[in-house]
Amino acid sequence: MKKMKSVYLLAVMSLILVFAAACGNKSEEGAAGGGDLSGKIKIDGSSTVFPIMEAVSEEFQAANPDVQAPVGVSGSGGGFEKFIRGELDLANASRPIKDEEKTAATEKGIEFTEFELAKDGLSVVVSKENDFIDHLTVEELQKMWLEEGKVKTWKDIRPEWPAKKIEFFSPGTDSGTYDYWNEAILDEKPMRRDAQLSEDDNVLVQGVTGSENAIGFFGYAYYQANKDKVKAVPIDGGNGPVEPNAETIESGEYAPLSRPLYTYVNNKSVKENEAVYEYLKFTLENAGELASSDTIGYVSLPKEKYEEQLKKLDELAGK
Amino acid sequence: MALINKESVKKKMGSRIAANNFAKFLFILATSFSLLVLGVLLFRILDEGLPYLSLDFITSFASRLPERAGIWAALVGTIWIMTVTAPVSFILGVGTAIYLEEYAKKNAFTKFVQINIANLAGVPSIVFGLLGLTIFVRLAGLGSSVLAGGLTMSLLILPVIVVASQEAIRTVPKEIREASFGMGATKWQTIRRIVFPAALPGILTGTILALSRAVGETAPLLVVGALAYVAFVPENLLSSFTVLPIQLYNWTSRPQEDFHMLAASGIIILMIILLIMNSIAVYIRNKFHKRF
Repeated sequence: MKKMKSVYLLAVMSLILVFAAACGNKSEEGAAGGGDLSGKIKIDGSSTVFPIMEAVSEEFQAANPDVQAPVGVSGSGGGFEKFIRGELDLANASRPIKDEEKTAATEKGIEFTEFELAKDGLSVVVSKENDFIDHLTVEELQKMWLEEGKVKTWKDIRPEWPAKKIEFFSPGTDSGTYDYWNEAILDEKPMRRDAQLSEDDNVLVQGVTGSENAIGFFGYAYYQANKDKVKAVPIDGGNGPVEPNAETIESGEYAPLSRPLYTYVNNKSVKENEAVYEYLKFTLENAGELASSDTIGYVSLPKEKYEEQLKKLDELAGK
Repeated sequence: MALINKESVKKKMGSRIAANNFAKFLFILATSFSLLVLGVLLFRILDEGLPYLSLDFITSFASRLPERAGIWAALVGTIWIMTVTAPVSFILGVGTAIYLEEYAKKNAFTKFVQINIANLAGVPSIVFGLLGLTIFVRLAGLGSSVLAGGLTMSLLILPVIVVASQEAIRTVPKEIREASFGMGATKWQTIRRIVFPAALPGILTGTILALSRAVGETAPLLVVGALAYVAFVPENLLSSFTVLPIQLYNWTSRPQEDFHMLAASGIIILMIILLIMNSIAVYIRNKFHKRF
């Protein structure tokens, strides 16, 4: 059958083409020389921390072309799960490690160290057209976001505000942002059921932009990228209203909604793999600058904080 | 006595024509609605994506700076995954279909298998991801590799290929099989030389459509451990990898507008790949299609 033959030929040809395409790149990679460091670093975890690590990996690999440092996005919880199994060198997280995760790691004989990379300020935002809201206290936030608070209109929060129905927008329950909010504002009590949840923060931005009576919250980076569309509400955590910006988040004055972003390192990896040590050192030296750049949009930590952590790293590695 | 009562026909004609026009209008509306949505979608994607689309975009790795970012690692990763998935799912899927249609006795057990395969086609893709994570990544010790990802994808699309192949084999008329047996051919000879070639267009169409689905899947590969930032292309079957949909998802969830435009450019590339795959399916179907 002539036709059959040409089908086989087609199949074989496409296979060869694919392999040729895949193999052709190897030589390219080998040709680029540079630092003598080599090895592989396994990094996974929070998608919030991802942009920082992507930037660090890119710059680090530019300086050390023989090191492979790919980054995954299994989420904070998913990252810790792999980390505890010993499958990772670094686990990124937008929340501190939980007690049960600590216990599990100890049981598996995994020792780890926590490093803080940058800060994010959860921004509470309303529409640009909302002209009456000047600030919210933490108590007011809690009252309006809790199911038991029974808030329906702005008037229920402060009597001088209009009696218009509020629309609520929140990140999805799988996100670290939700977890943090749950702890800092809701005290782990159930959030109101009519809040619209979305895993994609861009959807939240659209929701708040589109409605005069909407309120929502998300990471500082999303507020920064959409400053022309939404308005951030200053938050009063007990010491007067504070607006989220680079200074107030860095100093922690924007409380309680400044949250640190972490990476957890397996101690064994630091001691045994030179590439992991160098990578982490590079991270602590550059994370602040990279994290606060325009295309990432987080806030760096105070300089001393990085220096302190660099010392901690050196002690860990025995240098 | 007239057979047809012209008066009553005339009386009803108006409403019959109206009903006919209404049905026509309804279906035109349905078609144009889909076309309109497709048009808007395409316009948006092209409008956002074209400015960033260039050869550099295809041949660069991902980057923290939008103007330097590209999809090379994701593109090559997708091709690698397909190189594993296509042969594995084709051989296993068509083999299963031939067994079920030609050899298996039509008893309760076969029926049970049949129902399960049909059900599997509707199982959420993330479940296959979890299966792949347990079996290929951890039990078989393949790690989060191209091979583990490709095999997981094969599992995902196997049911679709089996069902499509069975359907294709079933359309081969009984008469030509009997003619083949009548000429003294054995069962295997008949399958190999008569049934399989005749069913091939249908099988290939089903396979390529299933592969197109695999190209666009994100969830199972994320579970298996595909990465999001990779600055190298896979060297062998055990390398770690990323694929186009993961890279796109990643870009769309970023806050900065520029990354959304990058995602749009990536979607154009993904659409081109899908378009090529689908046109191959159409071409094969037309070229090898025989009517009995």
